Amino acid sequence: MSFFFEVLIGGLLSGVMYSLVALGFVLIYKASGVFNFAQGAMVFFAALTYVGLLEHGFSAWLAIPATLLVMILLGLVTERVVLRPLVNQPQITLFMATIGLTFFIEGLAQIVWGANVRGLELGLQDEPIQWLTDNTGMNVSKFDLVAAGVAAILVTMLALFFSRTRIGRALRAVADDHQAALAVGIPLQQIWAIVWGVAGAVALVAGLLWGARNGVQFALTFVALKALPVLILGGFDSIPGAIVGGLIIGASEKLAEVYLGPFVGGGIEGWFSYVFALLFLLVRPEGLFGEKHIDRV
Amino acid sequence: MLYREAGQFKVSYAQDQQIFPIRQDRIAVLALVAIAFIVVPVVGNQYWLSAIFIPFLIFSLAALGLNILTGYAGQLSLGTAAFMAVGAFASYNFMLRVPGMPILLAFIGGGTVAALVGILFGLPSLRIRGFYLVVATLAAQFFILWFLTKVGWITNYSSSGVITAQQIVILGYAFTSPASKYLLVLSIVTVMALAAKNMARGNVGRSWMAVRDMDVAAEVVGIRLMRAKLLAFAVSSFYCGVAGALIAYAYLGTVEPEAFSLDLSFRILFMVIIGGVGTVLGSFLGAAFVTLVPVLLSVTVRFLDSSLDLHIAESVISNLELMVFGGLIIFFLIVEPHGLARLWQIAKEKLRLWPFPH
Repeated sequence: MSFFFEVLIGGLLSGVMYSLVALGFVLIYKASGVFNFAQGAMVFFAALTYVGLLEHGFSAWLAIPATLLVMILLGLVTERVVLRPLVNQPQITLFMATIGLTFFIEGLAQIVWGANVRGLELGLQDEPIQWLTDNTGMNVSKFDLVAAGVAAILVTMLALFFSRTRIGRALRAVADDHQAALAVGIPLQQIWAIVWGVAGAVALVAGLLWGARNGVQFALTFVALKALPVLILGGFDSIPGAIVGGLIIGASEKLAEVYLGPFVGGGIEGWFSYVFALLFLLVRPEGLFGEKHIDRV
Repeated sequence: MLYREAGQFKVSYAQDQQIFPIRQDRIAVLALVAIAFIVVPVVGNQYWLSAIFIPFLIFSLAALGLNILTGYAGQLSLGTAAFMAVGAFASYNFMLRVPGMPILLAFIGGGTVAALVGILFGLPSLRIRGFYLVVATLAAQFFILWFLTKVGWITNYSSSGVITAQQIVILGYAFTSPASKYLLVLSIVTVMALAAKNMARGNVGRSWMAVRDMDVAAEVVGIRLMRAKLLAFAVSSFYCGVAGALIAYAYLGTVEPEAFSLDLSFRILFMVIIGGVGTVLGSFLGAAFVTLVPVLLSVTVRFLDSSLDLHIAESVISNLELMVFGGLIIFFLIVEPHGLARLWQIAKEKLRLWPFPH
């Protein structure tokens, strides 16, 4: 039984990491209806920039704000150069544009910082907590716990930002109805710029944690794909949904790999979450917390 | 002056309904087909035929398949490469296990198996659409590739996972030279493109377009949604399956899951979007763009590199290509969101009015 819980907790904690990436998607989708495929590339870019700055002699405390600045700048430029000219185009066109953006950012990141795999040291060891192992016999990684803590802080901050600040309320208004928001005097383009900036910042957090865990390498961009089933489960436009969806996907994926995997030859982690999300969709097409008004067929 | 339909009167229904109602279009298309069949194999060298023209044609076919699904029926899919893989592996197994199997029949069989798998993964489209459907088709992409590598029977228990495709032999003639392979691929693509064009402008295509534009309205006027959608998935997957089999047999010469990664799905989606959603011509233009631009880019960059003596590192060049490619995609989407086919449409309008502006 304790093995079951160990797998479950490991899954939940790795699910938190998915949620971190999914959050970036939700933010942009909520505010501008753009499905930003480039979020994964942004995560990669953030991690690479941070590591690159460290290599150029920046201290960690200087590198984080510097990277944050770069990411916000990247978000702003994206909004200005890519999305503003594409306003009012069908969603699929915007989606394709963000895939183009993915290529661009990936190329840019590797030209500026080089393409070799690098480690990222946050001063956290990915090792089990001794106290827990001694008392309950379960191995729970210290790193995962910190990641979960960071995600919790981030979500709380975002939730407060959305519900308590002027900008947050404007954001929700824009998400509800662009035209109505414009009519009551909300500056649409400013709001979009802010959202892209915030998404850049979220990408930085995700990039640091994922980079520290898996090394800073090109494979980081695939993390974005793992965020998709999370989004399906949680709903594209719900921040709590992203978190809960991430937890469910993380846990079910690990449990499936451990308990179902041996029967079918293993390696099911790669697709299980998608099929799971697919089955879920058949029952609840709008996701757990998504708004109801999605197109029903 | 040259491009005028003035004086071309349609005096029968057959004339009214032909694919290219304007005489100049007919001549141009026939000339293009003639060039493709006669001039290209004679003039083209081995590199051009096997590295540019064959993949271009095969990708056109795959893009055509996706265009039927996404462009005509409005169902977004990212599982194209997986359906292509199904076609390739099914053809391989038909050739392997059925003695004396004609290869063209194996291609058709591969396409049919892909169509059946397509219907299976198209079932969620009855309840969901848009980006939710994208994730459903992503499930197909990952699941099918995993399945193909895990089930030993499909790969004939090959240890490396890379299988050499059987030789293409039709009526005792072995298609080994690039020119013969090119001609084979070209013939298949021509026939299937013609079929797609006719499907698109016929009853089936109209029902797909009605579903795409507004499914509730389509249902009200008596189109059976389930049939139309699943048919779109089946036909689209059939095209992709045949394209996949051609990739394995005529282009790569090997049957391997790695050739059909998610990356390929994206590239084919690019072809459709850049070429023009919902046009047959667009599939070809898009495939040409996506296959040729990287080649042109790498030639240009290398030329600049050597002539200006910059000594850019190889990795930088490939990343630069990636950047320019991404930038071009964004540029094209901003300049002409309806794709290259629309540009051609506009050019045609201008030609008809030339030399007058309106």
